[in-house]
Parts: sequence; C-alpha cells; structure tokens
Amino acid sequence: MSQKKTDRREFLKRSAAVAGAVGLGAVKPALGQDTPVAPEPGAFIRGSDEMTAYGSRSRFVDSVRIPHGGRESPDSFGLDFHIATPLQDSVGEITPSSLHYMGTTRGSFVPDIDPDEHRLMVHGMVDNPIVFSMEDLKRMPSVTRNHFIECAGNRSRSSHTTIQQTHGMTSNAEWTGVLLSTVLKEAGVHADADWVVAEGVEEVKGASSIPMTKAMDDCLLCYGMNGEPVRPQQGFPLRLLAPGFEGIFNVKWLRRIKVVDEYYMTYNDFGHLTRDPVNAALGYQIGPKSVITYPSGSQQLPGAGFYEIGGLAWSGGGRVSRVEISTDGGRSWKDADIRGTAHPMAHTRFSYEWEWDGSECELQSRCIDEIGQIQPSRQQALDFWSTDGERATFVKGQDNSIQPWRIASDGSVHNAIS
Amino acid sequence: MRLAKQRTALKTLRTLLLLPILVAGVVSVQAQSPTYGVGRTPTEGEIRLWDIAIGPKGEELPVGSGTVDMGSELYLSKGCAGCHGTIGSGGMAPRLIKRDAGPNADPWDYGRVLPIRSPYATTVWDFINRAMPLGAEGTLTADEVYSLTAYLFFLNDVVEDGTELNEKTLPQIQMPNRTNWEQVPDWFPGQPRLEGYPY
Repeated sequence: MSQKKTDRREFLKRSAAVAGAVGLGAVKPALGQDTPVAPEPGAFIRGSDEMTAYGSRSRFVDSVRIPHGGRESPDSFGLDFHIATPLQDSVGEITPSSLHYMGTTRGSFVPDIDPDEHRLMVHGMVDNPIVFSMEDLKRMPSVTRNHFIECAGNRSRSSHTTIQQTHGMTSNAEWTGVLLSTVLKEAGVHADADWVVAEGVEEVKGASSIPMTKAMDDCLLCYGMNGEPVRPQQGFPLRLLAPGFEGIFNVKWLRRIKVVDEYYMTYNDFGHLTRDPVNAALGYQIGPKSVITYPSGSQQLPGAGFYEIGGLAWSGGGRVSRVEISTDGGRSWKDADIRGTAHPMAHTRFSYEWEWDGSECELQSRCIDEIGQIQPSRQQALDFWSTDGERATFVKGQDNSIQPWRIASDGSVHNAIS
Repeated sequence: MRLAKQRTALKTLRTLLLLPILVAGVVSVQAQSPTYGVGRTPTEGEIRLWDIAIGPKGEELPVGSGTVDMGSELYLSKGCAGCHGTIGSGGMAPRLIKRDAGPNADPWDYGRVLPIRSPYATTVWDFINRAMPLGAEGTLTADEVYSLTAYLFFLNDVVEDGTELNEKTLPQIQMPNRTNWEQVPDWFPGQPRLEGYPY
C-alpha cells in the first residue's frame, strides 16, 4: 500500500500537468504546455447582470447531452423523446440539473406551467379528497433525498461507442418534496386500496399504476431538485419519484393521484404488458448495476502508469453495499472504494487505484446491493434463463449486466459488450 | 418451478403483512381525519373533469355512445389515417390492425397492437381520449371516442359491424387477452426483484 502511494506521488510529480488534463474529458487541456500558466492579461470573465443573477459554467467546459433512442430530440415538431446524460464527464454523484437525462412517453412538448396555477388532486378511495396548490405542498413536512432515475431502455449495445450511449439514460439528483405517504395518510386511504394511479398534465397525460406498498414506502412528491425548483424537462413544478422503479413510473408534471383497488392498465402500464411472469416481475424494480465512467468508451489513456478508475453504482433494491473491479476481463475481482455515502436507490461513486502496464486489458465493475443482489455479466444473465433446448439471447427485464471496457495497448478505450 | 415457489412465498408474505392492515381496517370504523389540514376539498365537478384514467371496470367512463360506422368516418375526418394508415397500418404511427397470424392464432402473434393486445377495452378508450389526435389531444367528444374505439375493435374482429358501444357495454367486451397476461407480482420494500434470481 505505502509502496503504491509512493509510486503514485512520484508519478503525479512527473506528469502533473498531463494527469490534470486527462481527468475530465470535457476540459480542454492547454496543449503543449507542461507548466501551469497564469491567464493572459485581460483574460477574465467580465461581470454582467446575467452572471450576477444566475451563474454559468466555464466556456471551456463543453459537456452536453445528446438525443438517444434512435430519434431526434427535439424532433421537427419540437417534441422531446429521449436525451442522454454525459456520464463520461461526471464527477461525484449528483447529475447537474441541466445535464439530467430526460425521457418522455412517446415524444412530448415540455409543458410551460405557472406554478401558481398548478394543482395536485388526491382522490379515489380516500376519506378526504384533497386539492393542493404548490404553496400548500410546501407547507407540508418535507424530506430531501438522493435518488437515481433510470430509463428501462438504458441498454448497452455493441454498436454503442461511448458510455453516454450505453448508460446515459440514468441520472442522480438531490430531490426535495413531500413523501407521498404523508399526503395519502392525510387523505385517509381505504384499507382495500392496493394501487395508486399517478398522472401528469402534458398533452398525453402520462399515467402509471403504482403499488400501494411502494406509494406508502418512499415515493416522493418533488418540487425541488439539486437545491432549486425541479426543471421543466424534469416535471416542473411537481414530479413523482418512485425510487428504484423504472423511469416511466416517475410521473412528471404531476397533477393527480387516484387511489384505486386494482391495476389500471393505463397506456404506460400497457408498455409493460407481458405474458412472461419473469418479465412481469423484472418490469419495475431496477436491479443492481454499475459502470466505470473513467476510463470509458472512446476516451484515450495517454500512456502506461497510474490511474484512478472511477464509476457509478446503483440499485433499485436499496443501498450499494460493495463494488468490485476487474482489470482482467472478469477473471479476478478486487473491492473498489466507495466514495462518500451510499444512499438507498442512489448513484454511488466508487474508485479504484490502478497501475496500467500498457498492455491490452478489459475493465469491468460489478455492484452488490444491501439485499444481496449481484450485478451479473451478460453471460451469467443469459445462462440463468437458458434451457437445454433454448439459449436465451436477451437479458430479461431492465438490463443490469456488467459493462466491459477494453483498453487497447495504444490507450484507446472500446465497448467490449458482445 | 422457481416461479411457483416464488408466488407461494409472496402470497404468504402478503397475508402476513396485510394482517395488521386488515385488523386496523375492522377496528377503525370512523373516517380518518387529516393531521395537517392543508389544502382544500375538491368539488364533484373538479374531480369529474380530471378523473380520466379508465380502470378495467369502466367506472370513470362518461355517458355516451358511438358506432363502428361513425368511427370509420371519424377515422378519416379526424386525421387518424394520416399517421396510422388508411386501414390501420402503413403509417408512421403505431399499427392499429392485427397482423395476419392465420386461423386459431395466439392473440400474442397479432403484434404489439393496442386494440387487439390490450386485455381491457377500457385502455383503448382511455388512450384515444387522453392522447389523440396528436397535437389536438383532449378535443374528441365522448361519443367520438366511443365510435373510434368501436371502429378499431371492428378492424380487429373484436366486435361485429354495426356494433354500438356505450359506457355500459364497453367494459364488458371480452378482449382475447383478457386473462392471457401475467399480473405484476406484489411488491414489498427490501425484497429482491425476483425471488430465486440472484441478479
């Protein structure tokens, strides 16, 4: 360990400028300079009323989201469909609100809602139906929690070259709002009510059936995101969070919670319709999952030597309890360090100190959650569902299989999923 | 095998967990009263206006009726054909007519086509009502939605030509997949997503 640390210090001393420059893909290195320089005289950001009122990032940081799912966002009508977050540039656990992934049911305009006019109605099988204004909701007892959201379509394909394509349909934010259970208790839910239907206000009025057990456990009516109001693309002024459930359950622009006695088979629910009991069971709670964000697909390692491998792990089943790293294609595994606090159903940052010898290798990470679920390799997941007669070809439910990154001897990083 | 075991385990668990709720339900005869008293009671009219998710029993369906004939006209006049094709296929929007799967076909072989695959007729009515036509959502009258639903069911041999649907008859339609699908299992916090599946 101490030897390793010394090696690291030596390495850092030797190539401080290079190491600093490669850590973040989005920050353009000052090429050809190996000593820090002061800004040119006059090179400063002139103050403006705009910068005073609401700050912005450096013009040298160009990390951006991209359309995802084989369709433009916005399309020629101005509809947004799927937009992926640049995980390759992520640090820490929080996705900046401006870079949070976005998904809509079928392509949607983002509603432009005046929060003073917005209402949430809670009704159905309750003793006291209630209408809340946003002001009312902010008077209720609140909580603030870290949670990820992930789209069911977040599936790595061999044609993908970057982590933004393979995993960019998940993000993590600090959410503030009122527990749905607080509001449901206030309304007085009838004993035989097993489901709630949550519904948005956008033109398709996306609605999902959610089990009462989940609604009463940890669902959250969110008006805050990363310390400010929820962004319009994320459901301003109010969205539902169903922590650990597939993205579509996290209803945006929320205006109605109806308490009911059966699964309502809304159009969103129809998307989950299956006659395979396994797919039905795997259709809402997201499994244990992780991905190495650095180094990841299409990045370039400048040469052999020390690297901190970094990544994110999460699970719909609870907290991440352990993350393991393999640098030899899954043959051997070592524990990664968990950075910060592992929150339930939240992206958790992990890291691993690695000395690359410059030869071709394959990096993998796997997540183990607090209820003992283990992230499988694609092979393991397929083996599990294969029978003597038939080889499974598709990871059932939401794909939580291990993402392999191949490091070529020239330092280029490639998606190694088959 | 694995799943049968899982179901039994979940049923037992469910009974155990529901027991206190059932007992509480019997004991508390009085309506629960609010703790915080924040917000206001909606009017009947406000609830009716927003109560648009139609459950399998069809309780939320508005009074109204429509016919296959009216639906076939509306399908053209409301522009459905522009995106879904003149006979429910061939457009850029999702297909609305079942694929030919031969005689005695398994309903799942008709493709992912809402008005034939959906276990409940109410889901079809609901989606047309809330989400169609694209760009003019919410403009169809209840009668128009009954007519369009009837027409789509006629296209898929779910109902016969000349059928009239209303709030009473629509929920009674026996869709071919009425029971031919898998219910999502009961969910409990802290449970693995599938018992017996390590991943």
